[in-house]
Amino acid sequence: MRLITHNMLSSNIKGVTNGFPLRIEAEKVVEKEVDFNPDFLRNMFSKIEWKALTDASKALGYAELPEETEPSMLESELFLRKLHHALLELHLEEGALVCPETGRKFPVNKGIPNMLLHEDEV
Amino acid sequence: MPYKVAQIGLVSSHPEVYDPCDDSFVLVDALLADRVNLAQHQPSICMEIGCGSGYVVTSLALILGKEVPHPALYIATDINPYAVSVTRETLEAHGCFADVVNTDIANGFEKRLSKSVDVIVVNPPYVPTPEDEVGCKGITSAWAGGENGRTVIDRILLVAEELLSDKGWLYMVTLAANKPVELCIEMKKKGFASRIILQRSTDEESLQVIKFWRDVDGLQLEVNAEENVGVNSKLFFNPFSFWKRGNQLSN
Repeated sequence: MRLITHNMLSSNIKGVTNGFPLRIEAEKVVEKEVDFNPDFLRNMFSKIEWKALTDASKALGYAELPEETEPSMLESELFLRKLHHALLELHLEEGALVCPETGRKFPVNKGIPNMLLHEDEV
Repeated sequence: MPYKVAQIGLVSSHPEVYDPCDDSFVLVDALLADRVNLAQHQPSICMEIGCGSGYVVTSLALILGKEVPHPALYIATDINPYAVSVTRETLEAHGCFADVVNTDIANGFEKRLSKSVDVIVVNPPYVPTPEDEVGCKGITSAWAGGENGRTVIDRILLVAEELLSDKGWLYMVTLAANKPVELCIEMKKKGFASRIILQRSTDEESLQVIKFWRDVDGLQLEVNAEENVGVNSKLFFNPFSFWKRGNQLSN
């Protein structure tokens, strides 16, 4: 699971008011290179919750992202390359996503998160 | 990417996962026929709900990858834990990538992807079955559709309403038994225009692929109804005559 998708996932457990972002417990992280496409990054940028991304990125061992952003950064190749790396090239292969309110763990195996809820959580 | 669509020989399989079949092929044929529109659409986020073997999401990635220079984020979901694994293998075998998630429809994504998904494709469990067969996580989840085969379809349509962006398109396979015209009328009331873009009858089933989009002005349905009569007046499609038509439409 890449951080772009992690940034779009929240805990939907019954009773949870704000299940975003899910905290990451990383056991195995893999890096896979992907073509750099600045237009795609600029396009996705407005959807991204930045703090969730920086926290998640640190959990996967990459701490190069700036703590805060401003629009002019989207013209900086250096910034875009860091964003590209964090968002698209880091894969959480094994670990868990943790609901911020209940602490319930959603396991991640072979890069696939299991977000299925138990009967009493729906 | 050398392939036009996913290659059966490269599609991974598992006893608990639905292998690609006529319904999978009709959906991919519909996407292929619409490839020029899809390319112009420039989707940023695409989702397959119920990815099964991965045949459809892989094909979508190949179709868009060929036509569109700007890449999209592909997300594939399935309730079946074996299916998500198989989908990942199928994608990899074709040199494609999607973020695959084991979840019920799009559970977990609704909040953050609200009004954000540009293309949703779904070959839902449409077979009319007893209600108690619906919602199992094994291979039954691939077809069990409850009364009129609509139980899961109706839930999927609610989710799609939430996720589709203003320009978003939903492509969905239905069976005649799902009463597709009724479906379109119900979606119209919620502000969605629709068109049956492909029909195909086999010995066992009469399948349709419906395309839905947000209706900007109320005229849309009338215009499409006319086209509908022309394009879909034949119930039986010879796949080769369909191809000729597809090529004509794209010129």
